[in-house]
Amino acid sequence: MSLGGSTHAPAVERRANRMMIAVLAVVCALLAVRAFVGTTVGSGESARTVHGFGAVYVEAAPKAVPEQAWTEWREVPAGAWADATAKDPAQESVQVSWPRTVGVWFAALMTLAVFSFLWRDNPLYKLAESVVVGVSAGYWMVVALWDTLVPKLAGSLVPEWTKANLMPSLDRTAADWWSLVPLGLGMLLLCRLSARLSWLGIFPLAFVVGTFSGLKFVQFIESDLVAQVATMFDPLVVVKHDAAATPGAVAAVDWAGSVGASVGAVLVLVGVLSVLAYFFFSLEHKGALGRTAKVGVWYLMITFGASFGFTVMGRIALLAARFEFLFDDWLWIIDPAGKH
Amino acid sequence: MGDAPGMPRPQTGREPLLRRLDRVDRRWIFLLMAIAVAGPIVWVGVTGQTFPEKPTPIVEGAFRAIDGLPEGSRVLIAFDFDPASSGELQPMATAFVRHCALKRHRIYAMTLWAPGSPIIGSTLGEVVGGDPHYVYGETFVDLGFQSGNEGVIKQVGSSFAKAFPNDSRGTPLAQVPMMQGIERVSDFDALVCVSAGYPGAKEWVQYAVSPTLTGGRRLTFVAGTTGVQTPQLIPYYPVQLAGMLGAIKGAAEYETLVNGKALEASPGTKVEPKYQEAQRRMAPQLFGHVLMVALIVAGNVIFFAGRRKEARA
Amino acid sequence: MSRSVAVLVTAVAGIVMLLSAFVRPLEFLGTAVVDWFNVLAAIAFVLGGANLLKMNLLKVSAREAGWGYSAVTVLAFLVTITVGALKVGVHPDPKFPAVALSGDKEAVGGAFWWIYEYAMSPITSTLFALLAFYVASAAFRAFRAKNTAAILLLGTAFVVLLGRVYVGVLLTSWIPADNAWVSWMRLENLSGIIMSVFTNAGTRAIIIGIAIGVAATSLKILLGLDRSYLGGEG
Repeated sequence: MSLGGSTHAPAVERRANRMMIAVLAVVCALLAVRAFVGTTVGSGESARTVHGFGAVYVEAAPKAVPEQAWTEWREVPAGAWADATAKDPAQESVQVSWPRTVGVWFAALMTLAVFSFLWRDNPLYKLAESVVVGVSAGYWMVVALWDTLVPKLAGSLVPEWTKANLMPSLDRTAADWWSLVPLGLGMLLLCRLSARLSWLGIFPLAFVVGTFSGLKFVQFIESDLVAQVATMFDPLVVVKHDAAATPGAVAAVDWAGSVGASVGAVLVLVGVLSVLAYFFFSLEHKGALGRTAKVGVWYLMITFGASFGFTVMGRIALLAARFEFLFDDWLWIIDPAGKH
Repeated sequence: MGDAPGMPRPQTGREPLLRRLDRVDRRWIFLLMAIAVAGPIVWVGVTGQTFPEKPTPIVEGAFRAIDGLPEGSRVLIAFDFDPASSGELQPMATAFVRHCALKRHRIYAMTLWAPGSPIIGSTLGEVVGGDPHYVYGETFVDLGFQSGNEGVIKQVGSSFAKAFPNDSRGTPLAQVPMMQGIERVSDFDALVCVSAGYPGAKEWVQYAVSPTLTGGRRLTFVAGTTGVQTPQLIPYYPVQLAGMLGAIKGAAEYETLVNGKALEASPGTKVEPKYQEAQRRMAPQLFGHVLMVALIVAGNVIFFAGRRKEARA
Repeated sequence: MSRSVAVLVTAVAGIVMLLSAFVRPLEFLGTAVVDWFNVLAAIAFVLGGANLLKMNLLKVSAREAGWGYSAVTVLAFLVTITVGALKVGVHPDPKFPAVALSGDKEAVGGAFWWIYEYAMSPITSTLFALLAFYVASAAFRAFRAKNTAAILLLGTAFVVLLGRVYVGVLLTSWIPADNAWVSWMRLENLSGIIMSVFTNAGTRAIIIGIAIGVAATSLKILLGLDRSYLGGEG
């Protein structure tokens, strides 16, 4: 199986591979130590040490209706297993869920595979990437099928059959033949898969572009132009008052708050006008317009600096969440939410 | 850890320190970032300590918008995010649902993102799953996902049943008791959107909220957004947006407010750890931010020192 | 001929949306068009999946470099749509036990749920989490305060980065919080001012500019003056 060529010298490639294998060996050794050390689950008399980690415990959920022939399982903390086992060592109502445990381990190994890209591109990362590409595409297709196509297309065109086989709760009985329009457009769209018939795809594309253009024309003007310009007519001199000492008494003017709010309002107005001046390219940026545009650039730099700060904040939060999964759900090193 | 494979090494003597620092392998920086984030997570996980959070006016606005509604109000929550952004947005979603639960609001959940569908189920199950007040179809409902992005928002502006013919369980909306009286989105008492990008809060402002500003019943809108999206939505506050939770910091501030309200209602009880997720994540944020500032400063010091040296030479 | 028909379709769809926005009795037309659009969007997902299958199968059959990974992608895709479409491992709705496919496709414990929870969710989350590392590396290597604009940008970034975490509170805790004339200089308040004043102004201007641009572009498309979306020549 060809996994793709490498552009590095063979000796360098071998050294890098040896380094990766060494790191993997160290990680496996650490995991073995972690498994051996064990974790105490449960509390009090039912506390016991479990060697291993990353297990998911489940218990049988109550039946939705008495006639229900199957068992639904819901996740419970490991402590619930310890308590149940302390009462009855032979109990099976709370047990390890092997599909979910395998799932946690698979998720953890895939997480590490993606992180391994930080070291260098490698087959493990490419494998994880391939899996997620296939799974994501399949996921979106399945959701589109069951959430939109079945109720709105099949349910409209063949309601009796849909009710009998797919959606028994469907309340439509008569077919809505107008649904043939989106079905027809959809079939034309699928023609894009064929090189010979792909030209037919311009009609549904034209429909989409036309609908979008009509939608956006009105809403962008209403929401982003009119409403935003209307906000610019807020007062520039703002007078704030302190809370009244007693009900009915005249409240004193909050001078610091009033000056701050007024300065802020002026700065916002100056900022909006100067940034708009910067983006006005029909006239050369010189003289008064040039100086105004320069102020606009400063405002934009402050805006981008703030955007950068918030972007960093967002990315670090995502990284923290992944580490929490590894340390909490997989390795059982921490347990902030009392899951085990 | 040395240079990436294939990078040439200098031929003569030892590199000057400045040059070595300027060419440092970026994997050392990755390692520093990993330590800066992982270390505090372990520390918080073991000690349970979190930093105090003082809510800002924009977050207080969001809190007041939900809290000021009469008990039992109808709140539509759009879970417009996927697992990729759940690190930032899941705590917001949990806090919003919890706040609605504390006020006994009726919760209508939906999403414009296909991967957001399971998130609705897990969040509602986590927060109101064991609450006897919350009965499916009567006090909370999961409407699931609909494709179409802003087309769905436009459609719910005029006909909710057209956009969502049934809930996520396949029940026609006409058969869901709590959907009685809901014809369009402006019939809700408030709209909450937890948004990761497009489609999300901006589209809700444009297609659902703004049309209600000029006529009919004005729709109260509150958003929770990622760090990337927060600056883009600031201009909508406070006219089109009653309040906004910006990034994990906003989530932590909102959690503080909601937990405070819960403790007011039940003094002496302990806040469950699942309602402090954002506050726990502020510790790695602190060290991550300090590292970022240090890296930028260090990079500039090395750069300007090198330039001065070259100018002298 | 086909391009002219397509332009006509665009214009009709757009004008229906405009009319339905301003003429209340015609609102039902806009609702219908949007409904068709939503169904078409769902079919577009099918197209995307089918295209992915086609491209990767071509790669596998041609044994191109990296074809093994394409095979993995195809396998993952086919497994996902099979278990999802057939609701493998999902019990029927208790109200309709005779209809095998009546259950919730994302029911906890089902195969489709497993794939979402343990494959798609962690991998996509981790891919996004990688960005934190690259942001740090870029900050060290690329952010240089070479001119006034760059100094403003970096200075603002510092204020926001420090002001949004507890260290900002500590660094300027010596500034009295109860004196409004000076408390605005505390880092946490300064970052709030940067957002509510400067970022607000800059972003508002950008939003206004974009709105005008979108309106102009939409009008050009609806009037048939801009046909670039059809591909080929103008």
